[in-house]
Formats: sequence, C-alpha cells, structure tokens
Amino acid sequence: MAVEFDGGVVIGADSRTTTGAYVANRVTDKLTPIHHSIFCCRSGSAADTQAIADAVTYQLGFHGIELNEPPLVQTAANLFREMCYRYREELMAGIIVAGWDRRRGGQVYTVPVGGMLTRQPVCVGGSGSSYIYGFVDSSYRAGMSKDDCLQFTAQALSLAMERDGSSGGVVRLAVISENGVERHVITGK
Amino acid sequence: MLEESPSQLEGLSDEVKTGTTIIAIAFQGGVVLGSDSRVSAGEAVVNRVMNKLSPLHDKIYCALSGSAADAQTMAEIVNYQLDVHSIEVGEDPLVRSAATLVKNISYKYKEELSAHLIVAGWDRRGGGQVYVTLDGLLSKQPFAIGGSGSSYIYGFVDAEYRKGMSRRECQEFVVNALTLAMGRDGSSGGVAYVVTIDQDGAEEKCILGNKLPIFFDE
Repeated sequence: MAVEFDGGVVIGADSRTTTGAYVANRVTDKLTPIHHSIFCCRSGSAADTQAIADAVTYQLGFHGIELNEPPLVQTAANLFREMCYRYREELMAGIIVAGWDRRRGGQVYTVPVGGMLTRQPVCVGGSGSSYIYGFVDSSYRAGMSKDDCLQFTAQALSLAMERDGSSGGVVRLAVISENGVERHVITGK
Repeated sequence: MLEESPSQLEGLSDEVKTGTTIIAIAFQGGVVLGSDSRVSAGEAVVNRVMNKLSPLHDKIYCALSGSAADAQTMAEIVNYQLDVHSIEVGEDPLVRSAATLVKNISYKYKEELSAHLIVAGWDRRGGGQVYVTLDGLLSKQPFAIGGSGSSYIYGFVDAEYRKGMSRRECQEFVVNALTLAMGRDGSSGGVAYVVTIDQDGAEEKCILGNKLPIFFDE
C-alpha cells in the first residue's frame, strides 16, 4: 500500500511469500527501489514482478543519465505500465509505484493486473487488500502528516495480515521525501 | 429457425443471487441487524429494494445471503418450525433454538444449498445474541458479517469494534459498515435496512441512499 502526504509518500508491505500453503520467505522485502527516490510495491507473481522491476530499473537508470537529472515518478509509472499492458496475457503483476520528484512532490501511481495506470492519493493492492478497503475508505483523510500516514499504513497492513492467509510476517515501511528514504520494520512485538 | 441473441440467453441462465452485505451485532439488551438491498442475476440488478432481514419470530430475525431462493426457503421453513416449537414449549423461543434449526438445514443439505444465514435476536435467558451458521457450523459471536461485500469490511470492523458499545453506537457501526461495503462491492447496493431488536420488540428502519454517510472517496 502507498499513501501520499505533503512532501512525500509512505509505502508499506507485508513480508510473506507463499508457494501454495508453504511460506517460502517470511521476511521478504516487497518494497523495491527503482531509483534514488522512487520505489515500487510488488504484488502477484514474485517472479514476474521481480523481472519487471529489474527491467524498469535499468530503463529508468538509463533515462536518468540521458536526462542528467532525477527522473519523474510519472515516467517510472509509465514504464511499468508499458510493460504490464504489453505482456498482460503472460503476466500476473499488481504494482504500486510511489516516490518523490521535484516537479510534483510525493506521488502514488497504481498499475494493477491488466496494465491500467492511474494516480491516487491512497492505493492498496495484493490479496489482503480486499479486507481493508472499508477501513481505508473510512479512515483516510486528505492532508495527513507523515506520522499520521505511517500509523495509518501500519494499522491497515496489520488488519489485512490478520485476515488474509497469504499475508503476514513483519510490516515493512518506507518514507520517501526530498531528504531521501527512511525505512522501518514493525515486527510481531 | 429462430435465433436468440447471445446476451438474452446469458441473462436467463444466471442464477439469482443475493450478492450481499449482511451484518449483525449484539449489545447489552439486544441486537442490531443490517443488510443492503441488491439482488443480482449475473450483471443485472433484479431487485434493488429487497429486504434481506427476514423475521423468524417476533424477536428473532435472520439475515439472508447467497442464493436468493435457497436463503428465502430456509428462512420460511425455520419460521414454520419455530412457530410449532414455541407453541409446544409455551413461550417465546430462544435465539439459540432458531440458530440450531437453521444450522440443521444448512448442514444436512450442505452440498445442495448455497446460502448463509446470520441469526440474531433477543430472548429472556441470554439477552441479545448473534449466531453464525456458515457451512453448517453454529457459532455464537459478539458480531458477524457475511455476504460478498463482507470481505471489504473485515479490516474496518476489526479496527472499529469495541466491547460494550451502546445501542446507538451499534446502529452507527452497522450503517457505516454497510455503506463502506456497498461502496466497494458491485453486488451490494441500494438502500440499507436496519433492524433493532430488544425486549420490547423489533424496530425496522430503511435508510435511503442519499441519507447514508459519506466517506472519503478517492
């Protein structure tokens, strides 16, 4: 999940990867850096999303060198969309792209399965997301501070992890702003 | 040869389901039940004002979800069985009895039926009670949610429910939960029906779409 606030974004994810009922990795990091101040939250097939993220990281890095300045979050989101839409029949990937750039500040874009692209102040995704739509709709208010967003994200993820068998482990959070990236982990304790 | 267009055929063969959101919560002295009002057959809305809160007895109601036909039939059968039972016993039936009757049908015809009823009411012995009868089990809970729309509000109810809520708070909780679910689930919608049952009887209310609370809509 990802939330925009004035000055940046807060992103969060659980840490469980499953093959059927077996938890293959209980400490996965689903928050993947694409560029210095741009991250993506991966959901769906781990293989597909890793491959897409690697490809986009390369493309964006190249683009940033050509441009000679940090690329825009919207560019990163579009690169994801291009790939997810073109290969939509073969892929199973739901990706949330979030980051900070100088032009538009904190932005969150969602590229769900199928390959659409849309910008939203709050995005949730993955199997556990169904259970927290009601909570997010009722608790989100525009203009929350960074700490409010952290609290909101952590609470939403905990609720989803509680109800969804395919979600669990620890809550990984990251705050992306002008000052860079700040990562947190909330364990069972 | 007469040829019907494919779209007409599709509509006829879709089963009528109450793709639904239902919720029931117990408070000190009674229960509050809530449901949406949409009945769908595939993508068409067949009835947009159906009341899915069905009385089983004066102070015992059930909330219907799943296949419309199955749920209605189960409710009618249990209504009859409860009437007979209450005459034999000579007093108002217990909520647990009603729930057990529903559970017996659910369990026996598990393979054939696809409906889930939440049974809730008030009786003298136990006060307000809510029973879940999903798949033929019987479980008493402080509150219960069901239907297709319920998936979207698990997080909300987990976060917002507190023990010892008052009657008014429970009613608000139910209306908020229904509104959020109707907002996200395509198979739930219409108006919200709320029934409050306590020792004085059952009070039915219908809240129209434009009177429902508004939440942040991205």
